[in-house]
Amino acid sequence: MSDTERTLPLDGWHRGLGARMVPFAGYHMPIQYEGILAEHRWARESAGLFDVSHMGQLLIAGAEAEKGLEALLPADLRILKEGRPKYSLLLTEDGGIVDDLMVTRRGEHFYMVVNGATKEGDIDYLREGLPRTVVVDHMKEQALLALQGPKAVDALARLVSEVADLTFMTAGAFSLAGVTAWISRSGYTGEDGFEISVPASSVEAIATLLLDQPEVKPIGLGARDSLRLEAGLPLYGHDLDPATTPVEADLVFALSKRRREEGGFRGWHRIARELAEGPIRKRVGLAVEGRQPVREGALVVDAEGSEVGKVTSGGFSPTLEAPIAMAYVPLAHAAVGTAVSLGHRGKIFTGRVVPMPFVPHRYHRKGAPK
Amino acid sequence: MTVYYTKDHEWIRVEGDTATVGITDFAQGQLGDVVFVEVPETGRQVAKGGEAAVVESVKAASDVYSPVSGKVVEGNQALVDDPALANSDPEGEGWFFRLRLSDPAEVEGLMDSDEYKAFCDSQ
Repeated sequence: MSDTERTLPLDGWHRGLGARMVPFAGYHMPIQYEGILAEHRWARESAGLFDVSHMGQLLIAGAEAEKGLEALLPADLRILKEGRPKYSLLLTEDGGIVDDLMVTRRGEHFYMVVNGATKEGDIDYLREGLPRTVVVDHMKEQALLALQGPKAVDALARLVSEVADLTFMTAGAFSLAGVTAWISRSGYTGEDGFEISVPASSVEAIATLLLDQPEVKPIGLGARDSLRLEAGLPLYGHDLDPATTPVEADLVFALSKRRREEGGFRGWHRIARELAEGPIRKRVGLAVEGRQPVREGALVVDAEGSEVGKVTSGGFSPTLEAPIAMAYVPLAHAAVGTAVSLGHRGKIFTGRVVPMPFVPHRYHRKGAPK
Repeated sequence: MTVYYTKDHEWIRVEGDTATVGITDFAQGQLGDVVFVEVPETGRQVAKGGEAAVVESVKAASDVYSPVSGKVVEGNQALVDDPALANSDPEGEGWFFRLRLSDPAEVEGLMDSDEYKAFCDSQ
């Protein structure tokens, strides 16, 4: 392992829990504690605590912040209410995806969470693209935790009773163990759960307090990946990259209606054309026959053996006990039920296009019974 | 009966001119939860250091190399049916294949258990 990786505030805490640490996004990160399968199942059945402090937390402030961000993001920020996280994208002039992110209006400024491996580039992109009057602050003093699973609300509400009133994709500031925590009911597993931003100086005490709750166990990056794959959620750098557009990536929901019609954000011309005429290829879910996982980099081949697409994420689904994958395929092969052949490790595998998510989402949506 | 080990973390238990091959406890710990195993078919000739079997965990796929040359006499169907045996009993019920040795002298370059333990400690 190289020594170029930086350490996160919970580094020693993870090691004390017996985590296996690996280099990821420029940091030493826990890939697993007791084992990926057990951790995956725990997050689906109870509540899992994830340290995602490698992600970039940004504050974007200034009188022209909303207008400046709208020139970059395809989101309708004008109607974005306080405390409502919105999934959005940074785009190239050609409509390619620079990063995916969450943006929330928070008083006079916007709070943005971007991917860890891309945060430095994102900050440069924002500083170059926003008016000079808009300030982009990288909140390096903040850590980020995620508590995910059907019992996450039971564990967290014992410490902060108000979070029980949050619904999926709402957020607010709450007092947690004597510090102010920014908590949103959101996540990356397909389960109900929360993302919790706290000062790095308090994160160890808060992580320990959360872990003291009987519902909670720590979960590493390995299960984070298998959970998000089952939930059909794309991972930047694998399923999304600058050569991929939001229409190809099946992320049209991130293109707000007014913005789609009016444009005025980076990449709009290509995106508008793809919305009107259809993209050349599309991200789809695949169910793979047999037990052997088909992984990132596997080729999608047609009946003549020609390469027509590529697997961008793949693995073994602990919930379905079967291999699943995401791939980009030509639009003609993208309909649910289409049979596909996959070339991987010198063998041909058979799969078929299935709807995503592979495992149903169980978000706590507004209006749903408590 | 003697057990030898490779730098690729296979073990081989030699009994006369036949041997049993599997992955070590260290290897299964590094791999994590095994979800798929492919073993060689009976009669296949495998070369020393050549790919002989496949083991896949949730995280990653790995090849299992044959520690010596020989002809496969049996693959472990019980392991194929229940890949988790590679985690729960890697150096017992979780064996991968048995083979008839082409050249029994090939085992001489392999590590014994003390040498292998020292090798793992240095990893």
